Amino acid sequence: MNAPDAWIQFALYIGALLLITKPLGLYLVRILDADGKTWFDPVVRPVEQLTYRLCGIDPKREQSWVGYAFSLLAFSLVGMGFTYFILRYQDCLPLNPQGLPGLSPHLAFNTAASFTTNTNWQSYAGESTMSYFSQMVALTIHNFTSAAVGIGVAAALVRGISRHTAKTIGNFWADTVRVTYYLLAPICVVFALFLVSQGIIQNFKPYTTAKTLEPYTIQVARIDDVGKPVMVDQVVDTQTIVQGPMASQIAIKMLGTNGGGYVNANAAHPFENPTPLSNFFQMLSIFAIPSALTYYLGRMVKNQRHGWAVWGAMFTLFVVGVLVCWKAEAAGNPIHQQLGVAVTDGNMEGKEVRFGIFNSALFATVTTDASCGAVNAMHDSFTPLGGLVPLFNMETGEVIFGGVGSGLYGMLIFVVLAVFIAGLMVGRTPEYLGKKIETYDMKLVMLVLMLPAATILGFTAWASISTWGQAGLNNAGPHGFSEILYAFSSAVGNNGSAFAGLTANPADGNPHWNIALGLAMLIGRFLMIIPILALAGTLAGKKLIPPSAGTFQTEGVTFVVLLIGTVLLVGALTFLPALALGPIIEHFLMSSGSLF
Amino acid sequence: MKTLWLELKSSVLLTLIFAVLLCGAYPLVVWAGAQFILPAQANGSLLVEKDGTVRGSRLLAQNFTSDKYFQSRPSAAGSGYDATASSGTNLGPTSQKLSDSINAAVAVYRQANNLSADTPVPADAVTRSGSGLDPHISEANAQLQAPRVATARNLALAKVKEMIKTATDERDWKVFGEPRVNVLLLNVALDELSPAK
Repeated sequence: MNAPDAWIQFALYIGALLLITKPLGLYLVRILDADGKTWFDPVVRPVEQLTYRLCGIDPKREQSWVGYAFSLLAFSLVGMGFTYFILRYQDCLPLNPQGLPGLSPHLAFNTAASFTTNTNWQSYAGESTMSYFSQMVALTIHNFTSAAVGIGVAAALVRGISRHTAKTIGNFWADTVRVTYYLLAPICVVFALFLVSQGIIQNFKPYTTAKTLEPYTIQVARIDDVGKPVMVDQVVDTQTIVQGPMASQIAIKMLGTNGGGYVNANAAHPFENPTPLSNFFQMLSIFAIPSALTYYLGRMVKNQRHGWAVWGAMFTLFVVGVLVCWKAEAAGNPIHQQLGVAVTDGNMEGKEVRFGIFNSALFATVTTDASCGAVNAMHDSFTPLGGLVPLFNMETGEVIFGGVGSGLYGMLIFVVLAVFIAGLMVGRTPEYLGKKIETYDMKLVMLVLMLPAATILGFTAWASISTWGQAGLNNAGPHGFSEILYAFSSAVGNNGSAFAGLTANPADGNPHWNIALGLAMLIGRFLMIIPILALAGTLAGKKLIPPSAGTFQTEGVTFVVLLIGTVLLVGALTFLPALALGPIIEHFLMSSGSLF
Repeated sequence: MKTLWLELKSSVLLTLIFAVLLCGAYPLVVWAGAQFILPAQANGSLLVEKDGTVRGSRLLAQNFTSDKYFQSRPSAAGSGYDATASSGTNLGPTSQKLSDSINAAVAVYRQANNLSADTPVPADAVTRSGSGLDPHISEANAQLQAPRVATARNLALAKVKEMIKTATDERDWKVFGEPRVNVLLLNVALDELSPAK
């Protein structure tokens, strides 16, 4: 951690994030208002109007929270079905030069649930499973829509907070269409071309066969004439190079905090993330919209300091995560160092040379703070404490900047809880920005907090004691338990990163993992969104009460500290026992040189 | 019931419109732009010989075993360096398997490069990358391999070190990432200088 280069990169990252937060936040104010004006109006407005006309949508008709939720569920259901059927029958569809077969029902279900919920957990290896058509249509469509839907829900909640004695919280269709057309698509075109300049591919060619510089021999298993398995020598003198429309998918994968990679190794693959520069801008694009949404919040509730207070709490938690993860990875693994690995190099297992220790630790923290889930290094091979950071980040409920939209609405739940706790401490009815927080509101908040926690822990417990659960593991000892805990934390948090040694597709075709993870993702997404929209509805209907001397200020350092405390307290109380059985005990075992 | 029907109808239509615009027009616009302005990158940064033979991609590691070539990092992609099966080992810090493989790799590396038993080995030389296709090695790793390659090719050590320097990428914009040596480009340059027999 005494490398000045790393500190400079960290400072540049923070500086760039600060720089884009306000302008992008102001832009969000315009596009999340159905009448908002933007520079793109002359080109995009006609397309937007045409879309509404073809779909029979009236963008001016505001919806109640029930109406909003209903439209959202209908749209998500249709999208999930659309993806499921494309994946099942990709062998009958065009753009499949490698002739890849259709997916099994449970893998198609898992993948459809994964992309619909903005999780983008990958049960499959992209380059050997998905046709170009599946990548480009079945998966990419959700990269856009799940991001737009999330931002829409956040906007609906903010409207609920900023309105009073109102019955409606916006129009689902207008939010989804406008976010997609005005925000995501234009940025992606530019971003994708930048990524191509760094070396990400964008073509429709079949895979290329290269004649490698030095042929070599490997041993492969064969069945001989009498039916016995034998090892035979095989000369390898070619390398098959993956091709396809990658850049267009990677741009939205990052900007929409989706994280589902084109290839198995995700952003560690030199095609998906060729240079440190592409790495920097990919990390920046993950945090861009979640950070800007806090500015949008401040602007909409006419209290910019509140917006910055929420940002400040997220930022503090982010910085602490980076420092812990970085320190652990830079210190490396004492077991390997005893074998002769240079101590100064840190833990390089599963990391790429071009990124090194710092950029791998920073990426891991960013991708799990936000519910992105792209990885540029294999989290499974991180040191115990280095891997604890991504795990805990997800278990806070993905609120440290968080996913696009989902980060803000998740954090606002903690804001309401913090206000409630502050109210209890001073013995007053809690108020949030001029609204009384009452029993019904707190029931919704507790539902949003407890349901994901119970789902993560419940599924983890079930998998840990089941044969199907243990069958998927790649590691033994406490690390195996961490793989299970990480999988369900990632699925419920709609993150999608993994301790990727875990396989959900065992050789015997047991569908348990795919189905359990698919259900966890759906619960983590939709059973969160429904109570949040209900909260938006009830807040919108409340009367505004003028602030008094006893009103708790939702700005300034006191509030930031209280908010951070609330997030940490809920996360720690819920998950500390499970974490103690996984990464924490593994840390001590590693220090004492134990192996499994 | 009527509302449900209308919502589903809007959903289906919007999904289809999005599919045309975001899954058709958008990738095609990027494809056209990329193929027009940046064809080399858009097609995989391939190394092509004069007769059209593709020798690999400058972004993807290949396997090198003999002394006359600089060796890439060990690979966990498929059976090794399989560019259709990118992967790391995903073995954790207390894995016996990982510890055994690093132990063996350290011994092999020291022997191949004629290093004493207490020389610290660069971490990238004995660990497997996240993708299994990491095209780079660290400068320290390249320097330790240089004498072996120079002897095998009958070249002056200074000449080999100079070529390492040419194949080294500095930090992007002088700040981002780490300095690194591209193994494939370095080996291609060596072959051009003194063709492999």
